[in-house]
Amino acid sequence: MQLALSAEDQKFREQMRTFFTTEVSEDIRRAVIEGRELTKEQIVESQQTLNKAGLAVPHWPTEWGGQDWSDLQRHIWNEEMQRAGVPTPLAFNASMIGPVLAQFGSQEIKERFLPKTANLDIWWSQGFSEPDAGSDLASLRTTAVKDGDDWVVNGQKTWTTLGQYGDWIFTLVRTDPDVKKQAGISMLLIDMTSPGLTVRPIELIDGGHEVNEVWFEDVRVPAENLVGELNSGWTIAKFLLGNERVGVAPVGTTKRILARAKSLAGERASEPLLAARIAELENDLLALELTALRVVAHSADGEPHPASSVLKLRGTELQQAVSELMVDLAGPASIASGAGGDSALDEWTHHTTPTYLNLRKASIYGGSNEIQRQIISRTILGL
Amino acid sequence: MDFTYDDEQDALRDAVRGLLTKAYGDFEQRRQTTKVDPGFSEKTWTQMAEMGLLGLPFSEDDGGVGAGPVEIAIVCQELGRVVAPEPYLHAVVLAGGLVAACGSAEQRGELLGALSAGERLLAFAHDEPGSRWAATASGVSATEDGGSWTLSGTKEPVVQGARADTLVVSAQLPDGGTGLFVVDGEAATRTGYPTYDGGRAAKVVLDSTPATPLGEPGRDLASSIATILDLGRIMAGNQAIGAMEVALRQTTEYLKSRKQFGVPLSTFQALTFRAADMYVSLELATSLVQWATMVVESGDPDAVRDAAARAGLQVSRAGRHVGQEAIQLHGGIGMTAEYAVGSYTSVLTMLEHLLGDGSHHLTGLSERITDHEDLDPLAIA
Ligand SMILES: Cc1cc2nc3c(=O)[nH]c(=O)nc-3n(C[C@H](O)[C@H](O)[C@H](O)COP(=O)(O)OP(=O)(O)OC[C@H]3O[C@@H](n4cnc5c(N)ncnc54)[C@H](O)[C@@H]3O)c2cc1C
Repeated sequence: MQLALSAEDQKFREQMRTFFTTEVSEDIRRAVIEGRELTKEQIVESQQTLNKAGLAVPHWPTEWGGQDWSDLQRHIWNEEMQRAGVPTPLAFNASMIGPVLAQFGSQEIKERFLPKTANLDIWWSQGFSEPDAGSDLASLRTTAVKDGDDWVVNGQKTWTTLGQYGDWIFTLVRTDPDVKKQAGISMLLIDMTSPGLTVRPIELIDGGHEVNEVWFEDVRVPAENLVGELNSGWTIAKFLLGNERVGVAPVGTTKRILARAKSLAGERASEPLLAARIAELENDLLALELTALRVVAHSADGEPHPASSVLKLRGTELQQAVSELMVDLAGPASIASGAGGDSALDEWTHHTTPTYLNLRKASIYGGSNEIQRQIISRTILGL
Repeated sequence: MDFTYDDEQDALRDAVRGLLTKAYGDFEQRRQTTKVDPGFSEKTWTQMAEMGLLGLPFSEDDGGVGAGPVEIAIVCQELGRVVAPEPYLHAVVLAGGLVAACGSAEQRGELLGALSAGERLLAFAHDEPGSRWAATASGVSATEDGGSWTLSGTKEPVVQGARADTLVVSAQLPDGGTGLFVVDGEAATRTGYPTYDGGRAAKVVLDSTPATPLGEPGRDLASSIATILDLGRIMAGNQAIGAMEVALRQTTEYLKSRKQFGVPLSTFQALTFRAADMYVSLELATSLVQWATMVVESGDPDAVRDAAARAGLQVSRAGRHVGQEAIQLHGGIGMTAEYAVGSYTSVLTMLEHLLGDGSHHLTGLSERITDHEDLDPLAIA
C-alpha cells in the first residue's frame, strides 16, 4: 500500500491542471461554475479544444485518438477536468458510442464515424428507452425490418437527452420478434435528418427542455449502419451501459460545488448545523473518492473491482445532496428561479432549485439506483 | 381532545374540494393556468371570495367570516391537494393576517373588506436579499417628514408582488425596530418573473415611495410579524400535507399500474416498502401539523412559535422524503412537467423555503432545549 502519487503521476496532474485552467475558454468554465446552462456551441467548442490536445477521448484505443494512459491517469484527467469547470466531453459520444464503435464496428464504420465523434462534428443521441421499456430495456418494441438494402424502422424512443441537437442517434431495435426478448435486438445508427424521423420536446419539472421523444415512421436506414452482428444488440448494449456507469460518479464536480457552497455560506458556515452538514458531506465524498481510487488502482491488474457499483449509487446520491444544500443556502432567494439579470439576489441563487429538481434524474437514468442495488445484491452479494 | 372535524368543518372541506376539483382536478388545467400571468386563475380566486374563503380569518366587523385556524387549515390542505397556484397563503394568511393584527379599524375595514371580496390582492413584501426568514427588516428603511412616510430599498422575492394591488411592506423604522406599511402597488417599481413551482414573484424597488403606516405610526411590529410568519408556517404545513397525501396516492397508483419485467412495479418489495415509509412520514407530519393548528387557537405566541418550529421541521423532512421518493418511484415520467407528481415536489420545496427550512427550525429548537423537561402536547392552553 502506498498513498502518494508517483513523481510521474504528480507531473501528469500538474499538466492536466494547467491545461484545463488555461486552454479552455474562461467564459465556458465560468458558466459551468455558476451553474448556467451551456449552449450547444459552447459544448462543441470545449470538446474540440480538448480533442485538439488529445484530451477528449483518452480512454479510446490509441489508433482512434486514445491515450495509452493508466486507469489512474484517466481518473486524474477526469477529476481535474471537473475541478476546473471544464465540461466533460459529451458522454453519448465519448463514453457511449465511441467505445462501442471502436470495439464492435466494421473498419468502414470506424473510419466514417470515430474521428467525427471524437471531435463532436457529429452530435450523437442515445435512443434506447421507450415508454414501456425503461428499467426493463429488453422489452423494447421499435422494429427494424429488412427491405432490400435498407432497414425500415418503426416505433418510438423516449427520454432522448439533447436529441434536439442530435445529428445521429444510436438505437436498439427489434430485428427478430420470434426469439427470447434479449436475443432479437440489434444496434442501428440512424441519421436524424432521415425522412420519417421526428423529434418532439418533453418539458421537465425544472422548466428546461433537455429530453425528447423520437418517432420513427418507415425510416429507411442503409444496411451498413448495423453495428456488430445481427441480433447482438443486447451484448453491445451491456458493454455500453457498463461504460456509462463507470465515471458516472461526478466526484470532481460535486467536490467543486461543495467547496463553493462553503464559501457562499460565508459567516453562516460556522453555524453548528450547517457546519455539521457540510462536514458530513465532505466525509462522504472523501469516502467515495477513495473508493473510486481503490477501484482505479485495482483495475490496473485488468479486472474490474466489484465496488465500482457503489460509485453510481453513492455518487448520484451525493450529487443530489449537495444540490439540496445549495437550495437551503440560498434560503428564500431560492424561490426566485425565474429572476432576470437585474435581480437584487445573487445570480447563483436563481439556479439552485431548478438544478436540485433537475438532478432528481441522476438516480433514475443510466440504470436507476434500485437497479444498482439489485446488481450489488445479486452479483456481488449473491443474494 | 379531538382530531376530527365537526359537521360544519366537513361541509367546508367538501365545498372547497368541490370548487378546487372543478378548477384543477385535471392537472392539465393547472399547467395551462400557471403558464400565463399572473400564474393563478382570477376566476377561481373570485369564486373563492364568493364562497367566503378569502375572508375566513377576519372578523365580521372587518368584512370577513371570523373563522378559526382549523377552518383556514382545511382550505390550505385542499389547496395543497391540487397544488392550486392561488396565493391564499401570501395574500390572506400573511398579508391579510398582518392587516388584521396591526391595522387601524379603518385600514382593516378598507383592506380586508376588499381582500375578502376578491377585489384587491395583497402581497407581503418582506423577504430581502440576504435575509433568511427573519421577522425583522433591514433592506428597506422608512423615513418620516411632517407626518408623511416614505420607504426606500429593495424587497425580493415578493410572491405575487407584481400582480398585487396593495403591498404590505416591512421596513426599518427611524428609531430602530421594524414597522409595517401599506404601499400602493403602482407606486413601486416592480419586476415580476415566474418561479419554478408555477407561481410568480417580483423584485420590488422603493425609492422615496409614499407609504402609510399600518396602525399606529412608528411602532415596532417585529413580534406581530413573527407570529404571522409562525401562523404562515403552520398553514404552509397544512398545504404541504395535502400535497404529500396526493403525491403518495399518485405513487401507489403508479406502482400498481406501471409494468416492467412483465409485472407491476408493486410486486417489487423494495418499492412497496419505500411507499410504506412515505406513508409513515406523511402520518407523522400530519399529526404534528394538526396539533400545531390547534395550538394556534390557544393564542399564546410562545406556544405558537414552538409549535410552528416543530411542525416546520417535521414538514421539511417529510416533504423532502415524500417528494423525492415520489419522483424516484415514478422513474422518468416523474421528471416531466406534464405529469403532476413533479409539481407536487416543486410546491413542497417552495412551501418549505418560503417560511424557513428544516435546519432553520432545528436551530431554533436546539437553542431552546433547556427551556423544558419533557414535551406535553396536551398541556398547551
Ligand atoms: C432526464 C432523463 C434523461 C434520460 N436520457 C436518456 C437518453 O438520452 N437515452 C435513453 O435511451 N434513455 C434516457 N433516459 C431513460 C432512462 O434510462 C430511464 O428513465 C430509466 O431506465 C428508468 O426507466 P423508466 O423511467 O421507465 O422507469 P421504470 O423502469 O418504470 O421505473 C420506475 C421505478 O421503479 C424502479 N424499478 C423498476 N424496475 C425495478 C426492479 N426490478 N426492482 C426494483 N425497482 C425497480 C425504478 O428504479 C424506478 O424507481 C433518461 C431518463 C431521464 C429521467
